[in-house]
Amino acid sequence: MRVEELILEESFRLVNRGGEIDREILAPYCCDLLSFAMGRMPAGAAWVTVMGNVNTLAVASLTDAACIILAEGSHLDEAAAKKAAEQGITVFETELPIFEAALLIYHKLHG
Amino acid sequence: MANTITMSYEVPGGDFTRAGEASSSLKGSLKKMNVDPDIIRRVAIAMYEGEINMVIHANGGKIDVIISPDEIEMILTDEGPGIEDIELAMQAGYSTAPDNIRTLGFGAGMGLPNMKKYTDEMKIESQVGVGTTVRMKVKL
Repeated sequence: MRVEELILEESFRLVNRGGEIDREILAPYCCDLLSFAMGRMPAGAAWVTVMGNVNTLAVASLTDAACIILAEGSHLDEAAAKKAAEQGITVFETELPIFEAALLIYHKLHG
Repeated sequence: MANTITMSYEVPGGDFTRAGEASSSLKGSLKKMNVDPDIIRRVAIAMYEGEINMVIHANGGKIDVIISPDEIEMILTDEGPGIEDIELAMQAGYSTAPDNIRTLGFGAGMGLPNMKKYTDEMKIESQVGVGTTVRMKVKL
């Protein structure tokens, strides 16, 4: 599944359109501790988290995540929104709980 | 030495929002050199963790990256407080980071273990009150 397919998803709201919108999502990944995410997130992940600060963007970029999904109604703060635009990272927001957001992606990947 | 490229980065202290700029910049340079994406990912993660440590604990520092045909070496030098017990610091989950760092999603005691995990070689030299040098190598 490509990142752009999530734009059509009703419960997801695109807040930053990144440069690699046709990127393949390989797996959902859930974690709010950035140090853990840094060490364990696989490349090509759709990263579901509630952390919307600039460091989230840095971790996503360095671990080569496909996109970020901010769950539970959380938002990018101002500095993070600017960073997302600068670095071309695709970010969605959703009211869904973390588990449900990740499950939605899992079902799209595995039918 | 022939066929090596050295790049140097300053890591500003105290500014948590700018931590990661050196790693991002290196990542961009390695991409342009057509380095294998998996290698880039490992180097970028290890260096970012090092940068974060410098910002949290040492009021910044400097990083030299030496790229040779066989390996990428990162040398991170700071004049921070030093590490009292390196073995303890290397244990996953051990952290001396303050609470405000934890609210940002860091300080879980995973930094040094992540750096070791993603590199082929890692050496720490540290003297309390003087500073710390971390050398990491990733084989190409």
